[in-house]
Amino acid sequence: MTEKRHIFSILVDNKPGVLSGIVGLFSGRGYNIESLCVAETNEPDVSRITMVSIGDKPVIEQIKKQLYKLINVIKVNDLTETEYVQRELVLIKVTAKQDQRAEILRIVDIFRGKIVDVGFEHYTIEVTGPVEKLAAILKMLKPMGIKDVARTGNIALPRNQ
Amino acid sequence: MELTGAQILMKVLQEEGVDTIFGYPGGAVIDLYDELSRTTDINHILVRHEQGAVHAADGYARASGKTGVCLVTSGPGATNTVTGIASAYSDSIPIVVITGQVPSKLIGNDAFQEVDIVGITRPCTKHNYLVKDVKDLAYIIKEAFYIASSGRPGPVLIDIPKDLTVAKAKYEVPDKIELKSYNPTYKPNVKQLQKVVELIEKAKKPVIFAGGGIILSKASDQLTKLAKKMSIPVAGSLMGLGGFPGTDLLWLGMLGMHGTYRANMAVSEADLLIAVGVRFDDRVTGKLDEFAANATIVQIDIDPTSIHKNIPVSVPVVGDAKISLGILNELLEKQDFTDIDRQRKPWLDKIDHWKKSTPLAYDQSDIIKPQFVVEQLYSVTNGEAIITTEVGQNQMWAAQYYHLSKPNHWITSGGLGVMGFGLPAAIGAQVACPDKTVVDIAGDGSIQMNIQELATAVQYGLPVKIVILNNRFLGMVRQWQELFYDKRYSCTKMEHAPDFIKLAEAYGAVGFRTEKPSEVRDVLKKGLSIHRTVIMEFIVDREESVYPMVPAGAPITQMLLV
Repeated sequence: MTEKRHIFSILVDNKPGVLSGIVGLFSGRGYNIESLCVAETNEPDVSRITMVSIGDKPVIEQIKKQLYKLINVIKVNDLTETEYVQRELVLIKVTAKQDQRAEILRIVDIFRGKIVDVGFEHYTIEVTGPVEKLAAILKMLKPMGIKDVARTGNIALPRNQ
Repeated sequence: MELTGAQILMKVLQEEGVDTIFGYPGGAVIDLYDELSRTTDINHILVRHEQGAVHAADGYARASGKTGVCLVTSGPGATNTVTGIASAYSDSIPIVVITGQVPSKLIGNDAFQEVDIVGITRPCTKHNYLVKDVKDLAYIIKEAFYIASSGRPGPVLIDIPKDLTVAKAKYEVPDKIELKSYNPTYKPNVKQLQKVVELIEKAKKPVIFAGGGIILSKASDQLTKLAKKMSIPVAGSLMGLGGFPGTDLLWLGMLGMHGTYRANMAVSEADLLIAVGVRFDDRVTGKLDEFAANATIVQIDIDPTSIHKNIPVSVPVVGDAKISLGILNELLEKQDFTDIDRQRKPWLDKIDHWKKSTPLAYDQSDIIKPQFVVEQLYSVTNGEAIITTEVGQNQMWAAQYYHLSKPNHWITSGGLGVMGFGLPAAIGAQVACPDKTVVDIAGDGSIQMNIQELATAVQYGLPVKIVILNNRFLGMVRQWQELFYDKRYSCTKMEHAPDFIKLAEAYGAVGFRTEKPSEVRDVLKKGLSIHRTVIMEFIVDREESVYPMVPAGAPITQMLLV
């Protein structure tokens, strides 16, 4: 069976140990975690975990059921079954020598990014977007010399509800 | 009025109807024990090792149908419970384990007898808690009992820091626990059951496969009614034994690696398999893609994760076994099945042929055969004893030759397979059922894993009976070495064991031993007639093996026979 990338949006009780339970479930049962993002929702006692995982259909079905089985999990949405928007934020520290600066600024402009830190030999760039866009800017900046990258991992919400 | 944490704990336990705690005191729980000494209607059974406390609570829960309770101290007290908790988790047994923790301020400081037991037990509990505020204590305990016993039951652990046992709070508990994130599905989708009715109507070779869920949801009567009305033969999982009368003509016996020939053949040839309260363990299915390959599979289970996990299912039914089978029986009531006996005859004849051609068998000799001991025990106790087992050959022989007829009479560590389970579990069962005969069927290896609990049995005057099938081997591993490793008996010889008779006496129990087949029945009769803790040791054929046996990973039709 073919493996596919799935984005799970998981609402959980905002209590200590809940994240540990979810991560433990994935490691204990050998499921993949590609990215993981956790923060409070508009209700302070509920957190949203956005998790990207890869698996074939039976594995994805088990992941969903096993998540539901955890007492502190309120709702599990497999967003890939619906229309959804996804975003990720990346910070890229790129080598920026005098002769490269203009070109980097042009690239940042094209991707609607921002320079958030500047030094004599580097820029730190902030870019937001879906995974493909971030991959594209990283590809464009690679020849300049990328010093470091920090990514938030995917967050996502369904379009209609 | 404000109560201390210790008082709150006792009060909630009383409200939950707890009459017995299995436990072991220590520094972190000393205030809880102090309060317990002032609590009149809760008995405490002092075990000799915390693992024994959890297995005893497990045995108590299974024999009584109530939730078992343990109380242990922090650190080693807590870590010693882990095997017992993992076993109860595998077998879906409702227990609440209360562990002491170092004072709140010391948590995280590597204090004396500190472990992160909540972290350690997260993957083997249904749920667990570290209590952070004495105000939450009452609610958490009540919630723990609710979670342990509802839905698919399981162990729940509550870790209570020492300072909270003396801190005070107002006693407030809700009448009912409601959790937005936990609502087990008891009532099944009737449309799905309607499909099952149609499948039963059409089926020529139906089989029911009944598991531990039958026992847990108290669905034996509904199961028996369904099987009899529709003349459907019933196979059991190890955990399902006793859920259907073991003497009934429709009973196929246990399914799987050491299942009966007729059960394995019937499931393999069935055109409809109705699985209830099972999870299709690898010891049941053998090679997955050949398991019940000719059957449409219906699976009824309260836990959605059990469905489609190992075996693809055509008709999944999420719901409680008792309620689901009850509705199924009602739906079938409306149909006309006057002709059912004639319809089923060819199928039942075929099964009868398998039963007669290849029954459970062993060769008699002038050395005691372990199977013979279990058969004699069955006969002497009229099949009415509560049987606990250790793990290995003793467990399989007990499952094969003690034809259980009633639920809650079979207490074995099925999923995790814990050696050393049987004696403490028997203690728990005897506490729950003081007037019943409780027998631990043991091997010489596994009985030594929690032998210290003999002292517990004697201290509380529990007339637990222990049948040791002594072959001076770790028999099941030896059997695998014989069959699949050219008889290289690596480290499975138990050349030295204690003198079990003297050991029994040293503990204040009674011991008997025999090597002669002719004395087996008398020893059993004598041992069972004494109202004390008794060890009956039988020196059995050293290299007897459990048959039938399906080699690991083979299809279940591929059985090695005697």
